[in-house]
Amino acid sequence: MEIPYTYKPRPDTGLYNAKVGIWLFLASEIMLFGALFSSYILLRVTSPAGEWPMVEKAWPHGLLNIPIGTFNTAVLITSSVTVVLAWAALKMNQFGKFRIYMVITLLCAFGFLGIKSFEYNEKFTHYELRLKNGQVHTGHIEVNGKHAGFWDFGSIYNLERLGKEQVKEISFTADPAKPKPGEKHAEGASHEHKKMTVKVEEISKLDAFILRNHTFFAIYFVVTALHGLHVLGGALVLGYFAFPGAKFWKKNPEQFTNRIEVAGLFWHFVDLVWIFLFPVVYLL
Amino acid sequence: MASTSSHTAASYGVTHDDHHHHEPGFFQKYIFSTDHKVIGIQYGLSSLAFLFFGFLLMMAMRWQLAYPGKAIPVFGALFEKVLGTDMAQGGVMQADLYNSFGAMHGTIMVFLAIVPLAFGAFGNYVTPLQIGAPDMAFPRLNMASFHLYFLGGVVMLGSFFIPGGAAKSGWTSYSPLATLADPVNVIDGQTLWLVGMVLLITSSLLGAVNFITTIIQLRARGMTWMRLPFFVWAQFVTAFLLLLAFPPLEAAGLMQLADNVLGTSFFLPTGLVTSAGQVPVSGGGSPLLWQHLFWFLAHPEVYVLILPAMGVVSEIIANNTRKPLWGYKSMVYAAMSIGFLSFIVWAHHMYLTGMGTKVATFFQTTTMMISIPSVIILTALFISLWGGSIRFNTPMLFAVSFLPMFGIGGLTGLPLGFNASDIYLHDSYYVIGHFHYVVAPGTIFGLFAGIYYWFPKMTGRYMSETLGKIHFWGSLLGMNLVFTPMFIQGMKGMSRRMSDGGATYFGADDIALTLNKSITHAAVLLAVFQLPFIYNFFASIRNGRKAESDNPWGATTLDWATPTPPPHGNFLTEPVVYHGPYEYSAPGAKQGFVAQDRKS
Repeated sequence: MEIPYTYKPRPDTGLYNAKVGIWLFLASEIMLFGALFSSYILLRVTSPAGEWPMVEKAWPHGLLNIPIGTFNTAVLITSSVTVVLAWAALKMNQFGKFRIYMVITLLCAFGFLGIKSFEYNEKFTHYELRLKNGQVHTGHIEVNGKHAGFWDFGSIYNLERLGKEQVKEISFTADPAKPKPGEKHAEGASHEHKKMTVKVEEISKLDAFILRNHTFFAIYFVVTALHGLHVLGGALVLGYFAFPGAKFWKKNPEQFTNRIEVAGLFWHFVDLVWIFLFPVVYLL
Repeated sequence: MASTSSHTAASYGVTHDDHHHHEPGFFQKYIFSTDHKVIGIQYGLSSLAFLFFGFLLMMAMRWQLAYPGKAIPVFGALFEKVLGTDMAQGGVMQADLYNSFGAMHGTIMVFLAIVPLAFGAFGNYVTPLQIGAPDMAFPRLNMASFHLYFLGGVVMLGSFFIPGGAAKSGWTSYSPLATLADPVNVIDGQTLWLVGMVLLITSSLLGAVNFITTIIQLRARGMTWMRLPFFVWAQFVTAFLLLLAFPPLEAAGLMQLADNVLGTSFFLPTGLVTSAGQVPVSGGGSPLLWQHLFWFLAHPEVYVLILPAMGVVSEIIANNTRKPLWGYKSMVYAAMSIGFLSFIVWAHHMYLTGMGTKVATFFQTTTMMISIPSVIILTALFISLWGGSIRFNTPMLFAVSFLPMFGIGGLTGLPLGFNASDIYLHDSYYVIGHFHYVVAPGTIFGLFAGIYYWFPKMTGRYMSETLGKIHFWGSLLGMNLVFTPMFIQGMKGMSRRMSDGGATYFGADDIALTLNKSITHAAVLLAVFQLPFIYNFFASIRNGRKAESDNPWGATTLDWATPTPPPHGNFLTEPVVYHGPYEYSAPGAKQGFVAQDRKS
């Protein structure tokens, strides 16, 4: 006996096996991301006040790059549309069109990941500096005359590493002050990046915008990295079906079309997670 | 097994060659097999090995509880040599070793022994047979699921040998203890525990998707939902629990992994201080968040442990009372209710965290509600015995004793479900006694019953009845002598996590200490009575009494309508189902029962 309903739908359920499987898998994925979203909410509402002094509230706000996030949302939505068009092209027996749409989907997927890594790098090089006199700044640092690229340093500086390398002073370029909402720019206020030299002995805390710095960054990086892995995994599967796996189209067009449908369902889910992630983490 | 296979297949006039299968090599046949039966046996053998290993960990702990500070006989020197003098100086179990054995005993028994045996082994082997399917819906996923499970097991076992030893914060791994327990090593036992758990969770996730799809899609013609054997229903609900309850623990595991390795503070609060001073983390996390995410899995997990055993027991009771199950439909609906309710009872493990009275009342109410469907299933099985002319063979003995044993386990859970009494009993030996009654003489007895019952289908031979009965009576006695005194110890206030069994805490009242000794002696008795089983299991594969037919127990379900052992593809002709699952003692039936696939 062979396994039935591998691509023909079972009459009473109207579904083929893989479609049942992917929906069940997505149900468990919802529980996975649901747990992380719940954790985000709980961490945010129980966050102790005064921990993050850049704003009045305990939870950091406005640290993520909203224009880039918006652009990335558009990129993912586009890919979700093209993956449906690819499937529809197969349904209409137009293999050439299918491949074009798959290539666009893949470009979007890797575009998204590229933009995301740019955003990550921006955070890895952005520092929070607390001085012993109570002042707090955010900005970029130079150590031993080297600009604060994550890749240039090999890792991220903190007070411990400065001490180990016996650095006496660093130069610090603070972010331009943001006007408070409803308040006009004070006359003559500087828009330039102010560069200053800071003695290490005056610093009470120095750390980049990375996971260990604050639970906000911790949950931001964990959720977006997990989502990024889903994008990568989905892109690899779609890439396989677009090129090496496409031979199967000649052998069994119906089953191949089903495979694209199932992979597409997963791709929509990845898109949907981002559609929740973007407003929750970036905007709210 | 290959030899018996050709023998029985030949008796059907069918040989392997007729299927146009070329004989696969050893690795393809036994390691990288996609056949659900081989995978079931792989799961079965590995999980039995883990069950034995987990039992040995417990025996070492029991020695320490009964004779604190005395060198462990035989194994003590081995522990000192392999795990280092920090762990077992002079063969004496140190507190760190006790803690890591305790954590790993729980982890191994739950995630590597019982769930894989109940769900992976029995589920894989029996479910497709009982629904009349040629295999699981996704055979290669099934193989991947087993390999991930095995890898997870290797990581867990490997964690004993790294610097600092295995995880030692209990199987619950509560933060912040789990993160701070080993301040020296970054890659510590807890980190490997989390990596192992992520592998095991992925494995059971693939398994769950596969099971549900198989049961929905691959039922034979005529196998309607209410003709499914109760075993299949139990596996179906179990698969849903695994599918939906495990991912939150995976999320929590990733966060605790970040806490351990990347220095985040998901579960570490602000101002956390240890004996080494202020912990250098950003703070702002919530230890309670871990508990919520953990118990959101771990309470449904209890039903993952018990439901498959209930399924096995139902099959065996119907078969050996030669009567239909009483209240089959109510049992099915009860199993579904258990599945649903088990998602909304988790915080009854957390009464002591100081939750508000309203929240406590909610979880207390749902906890009492979930006992109703459990009692329905148990009652239906008890009534099924009524008026039957019962065959007391070994599988039936284990199955029948499951009922009162699980009953004790369930009923002693009620005081833990009530907020007021739980505050006194929390974290005491009473809790240990309660859940071990559910899992050890409960689930494990159900699974033993299943092994004795399906052994003739898997191998074509019976296991020895005499040795089986020795195994049964010895285990029944041993189990009760081990776990009953724990209720008394718990009610006297003995805490569950003391590495010396309370020797340094109790002083005036030594009843707990006396009982510690007697429990340890009973555990040795229990161990001795497992030897006949181990011998019986391996010896019967080649030398057991031959099963008279493909259906030696006279069962109605489709698993017995296959050749013995079932060939690749299971059925020789496509099975069609005409009857309900338990038409025993049907009036006018020739052999006293109507098999599900018999026409008319």
